[in-house]
Amino acid sequence: MKILYFAWIRQRIGKSSDDLALPEDVKNVQHLIDHLKGLSAGYAAAFQDLDAIKVAVNQEQVGFETPITAAQEIAFFPPVTGG
Amino acid sequence: MIRVQAEDFDIAKEIAKLTDGRTDIGALVTFTGLVREFATKRGQTPFNKISSDTKINTMTLEHYPGMTEKALTNIEEEANKRWPLDASLIVHRYGELAPGDQIVLVITASAHRQAAFEAAEFLVDWLKTKAPFWKLEAGEKGAEWVEARVDDDQAAQRWEKT
Repeated sequence: MKILYFAWIRQRIGKSSDDLALPEDVKNVQHLIDHLKGLSAGYAAAFQDLDAIKVAVNQEQVGFETPITAAQEIAFFPPVTGG
Repeated sequence: MIRVQAEDFDIAKEIAKLTDGRTDIGALVTFTGLVREFATKRGQTPFNKISSDTKINTMTLEHYPGMTEKALTNIEEEANKRWPLDASLIVHRYGELAPGDQIVLVITASAHRQAAFEAAEFLVDWLKTKAPFWKLEAGEKGAEWVEARVDDDQAAQRWEKT
């Protein structure tokens, strides 16, 4: 599974993407976050405040309950600040 | 039309391209966003190194290639559904910018001014809250990510259909 990180989430994790083989019980975005938090202190810090995190599955912004079993690309980022 | 690019843009040239050969356009509105010299206002958290009276040296825009183009295209399509636009353009830059630099350009063209004004405002309000860009401001005290603003969310919500 290709996972992308942007802005301070990328900085806290220390890289801009992962290509991970996920356990079978990781079925939605919330499960994925719980799984990632267990990987290292950097991941745990990045996902500490979930109110400050948005997620896109296949480049569409979605909620944490969204299934990811058929996803190609998942991205985590802070609320956007363009314009 | 939408474009995401590192390079600067020339407003006069963009208008000329958009209106070339057209005689049906009666109103054309352009909005340009610039890098402000003073940092964006932030919440009063102890982590914030940069306050709104801090001068910044650079603003770096990060974005999500692929999703950015999709999001801007969706926003432009929505504007075209809501207003009778003859032409429209969104250009958004990324990379390291300096105070005074142009960040974003929105142009709307219609037969009459009301549609052009409203659609331009809509496009800016929605791209600020829906397009995946993030601003990093850097000054003498260090660099810090700009926080999303509640009034930007409120501005975007005005256009939500109930």
